[in-house]
This record gives sequence, C-alpha cells and structure tokens, in this order.
Amino acid sequence: MEFEGRDIISIKDFSSEEISYIFKTAKNMEPVAAKGSNMLRGKILATLFFEASTRTRLSFESAMHKLGGSAIGFAEAEIASVKKGENLADTVRVVESYADVIALRHPLEGAARLAAEFSKVPIINGGSGAEEHPTQALLDLYTIKKEKGKIDGLKIALVGDLRYGRTVHSLAYALSLYDIELYLVSPETLKMRREVLQTIKEKIEVTERTSLEKIVPLVDVLYVTRIQKERFPDLAEYAKVKGSYKIDLEALKEAKEDLIILHPLPRVDEIAAEVDNTPYARYFQQVWNGIVVRMALLALILGAVK
Amino acid sequence: MSETELRVSKIKDGTVIDHITGGHALDVVKILGITGKEKGPMTLAINVPSKRFKTKDIVKIEGRELNPQEVHKIALLAPHACINIIRDYKVVKKQEVKLPKVIENIIKCVNPACISNSNEPVKARFYVDCEDPLLLKCHYCGYIMEKKDVLQRF
Repeated sequence: MEFEGRDIISIKDFSSEEISYIFKTAKNMEPVAAKGSNMLRGKILATLFFEASTRTRLSFESAMHKLGGSAIGFAEAEIASVKKGENLADTVRVVESYADVIALRHPLEGAARLAAEFSKVPIINGGSGAEEHPTQALLDLYTIKKEKGKIDGLKIALVGDLRYGRTVHSLAYALSLYDIELYLVSPETLKMRREVLQTIKEKIEVTERTSLEKIVPLVDVLYVTRIQKERFPDLAEYAKVKGSYKIDLEALKEAKEDLIILHPLPRVDEIAAEVDNTPYARYFQQVWNGIVVRMALLALILGAVK
Repeated sequence: MSETELRVSKIKDGTVIDHITGGHALDVVKILGITGKEKGPMTLAINVPSKRFKTKDIVKIEGRELNPQEVHKIALLAPHACINIIRDYKVVKKQEVKLPKVIENIIKCVNPACISNSNEPVKARFYVDCEDPLLLKCHYCGYIMEKKDVLQRF
C-alpha cells in the first residue's frame, strides 16, 4: 500500500483496505500522541486556510508538532496574496518551496484537486467549499469503529444540512464502502447532493426523510450537522430551516441504549447542552481521534510510516 | 410531392445538421450562437418523421461550415446528429457527431462555487457519465450537469 507522496483530495480516492490501514496506523499513534515523537523532525507542514477554521487547522498543526515536525501557514480569508489578486495555482507553487506537505482549506469546490495539479508536494484537502472534507470523514469513521467496534452492520443517520455540509458528503462516500444502512434526514431544501446520492445508492441502502422522530429509535449512530449559514445564497432561506432539528433529551427518549451521537463541530443549537453528559455524546472524543488520524496521515504521506 | 408536404430546398454552400433528436433544433441553433439576424438563409425542420427515430429535427445553414469545436458542442445536445458540409449543392463531407469521453474547454461548469470558474490557469474539464440523457461530471468540483445546465452555459 503506497501512501508516501500521495495527495488526499477526496475520500473517494481510498479503498476500504487503505482506510483500514490508516486506522491501524492511527491506533498506533494513540500512545505517540500522548508522549510525542520525533518521527517527522525537520519536516514542515504548511496550513493554507483561505476560510475561517479553528479545529481543522489546529488539529493538523498539533498533529505535526506531536510528530516532531513544524507548521507554518495562515488562517485568514483576507490574506495578503489573495488581496493582491494571486490565484491558488501560484500560491501553492510558491508554498511548495517552503513546506514538505500542504493542508489546504478553500471556499471553492475543487480547490484541492486544482492545487494538487500544480503542487510538487502532497496536498491534503482540509475542506473544499461545500464539496468535501476527507480527513473529517476518516476521523468520523475512526470514531465509529472505535466506539462501536465495527462499521459493517450498523444503521447510521446523517442529520441536518446535507446539501452544503462538506463533512456529510465525504462521510456518505466513505460509509458506502461498508455494509451499512444509511438514513439521510434533512429539510427538503437541504437534501443530499445528487452527485453524492447517485454514487452511494449504487452501493448501499439509503433512506431519505425530512422528519427525525421515527429515525432516532432505529439507528446506532446519529451524525448531526450544523445548518451552514455562511453557504446560503439567500439568508431568508436560511431563516426558514435554521433550528430544523434539535437533539435534546426529549428527542432521545426512544433511542437505543448504545446509540452514539457524533458532530463535526462547531455546533450552534442542534444538540442541546443537556445531551453532553449522557453516554450518547461522543463529539468531544471525535476531536481527539482527529489528532491521531491526522498524525497517521502525515506520517504515511511523508514516508515516516510505511 | 403531396399537397400537404412541404419540400425544403437544397442549400448551395453551408451545413446541414440532420438527425437531431426531435424537438432539439432550437437548442442546437442556440449553442451555435445563431440569433436569426445573420444574413444567410437558414431552415429549421422540427419533429419531422424519421426512419431511425420516430421524429427528428433538421437545421440547414447557408454560408457557414461548422468547425470541429462546434461539432462537439452539437454532440452535447444531439448525440445522434449527422453533419453534412455542402459545397456547390454537393455533400463534400459527412460526419456523425461523437461525444468524446472527456470534454475540455467547450463549456464552463454551471456550479458558481467551482474553482474552474475563478481566476485560475486551467481549462474546464468534464467526464461524460451518460450520453443520453446527458450527464457531465466536472473534473474539479464533481458537479453533475444535465442538458438544461449545458444550455444555460450558452
């Protein structure tokens, strides 16, 4: 299995065997993450975040530091090169001289694919508009595997903004590699994108619903997402659907005892704070899993782990 | 010729696009950028009986020979069309349109959030997922364009 020098553009570029290998590497990274390591000493990660981010950028940088490497980059939409009118193709051709690997977040869809066509160093997609967020999907899957002990055979619901939410696009593609039943719950206007549906329906059983009530008792995993205000072309449309689904203790009264609730974070009001202390809540564990999965990816891509 | 049949006269020089899927002649005219204000005559036959298909459309354009790029555009909307280049009333070239597997630089992605629509040094590229009904997948953003999206780009 060859990972060294590889770009991570889309979760669709991975087979289930490759994902298993990444998870095996991530598991081995758990003690390393606690102690630290010099595995990537002398290596530099550039985080080019053209869009606001807290978790993903810090997670990548933390993962790099824990492996003994260093991180450079920017995290503002209004950065100098963009203000001066530089395009992405030029930016990555400059940054490739400064770094051994680039983690990129960009508001436009297809940005990571374009960057990879121009960059000599590997590109990791840290979120490309509303399109994809493959490393989030890997950490989500890793969390499901770790918490439930398996992925095959599970009933999983993705809830909320399935149209603009890039994490659910990548996660749906990833889940379609497994033997699962998938429930998609969203307002009519925020239904899963056609290109995603078309691909996953060829592989797994998919049920689309607008109401969450009857789905909660059926599922093993509830993956809740924020309605993404920043991606709505029309704020009046946002006002119509915000707060569509609220997960609180009342909504969970029929839930399976061993249900787990995940969320890519940040949340607004879709999961009530009262759920945080229930055994269902696993969204803060996801954050830790994000570190070890990104450590695994960096170590594999930079050839420190074969 | 029966009294109820109308014969369309031959053209001297130009292009005859035959076997256009019935009802799509106006789309073909649109993607060729023809507005009707051009000087030469043009004839459109819509939903005429066809042996191969139930109905077909025909477009005859006097004084204009289509180039390969334009032939590819027609293939997007009329995958079974046949292009005849006419000189001095004779067919000098007959070409059935064929949609290539990859379409480059003919149309732009309909997704406004696609990176290929921004200030980047790349050509828009699409993979033909299905010829009829037309489905084109953007190489960059993965958006799937239908025929109506393609028409919107012309």
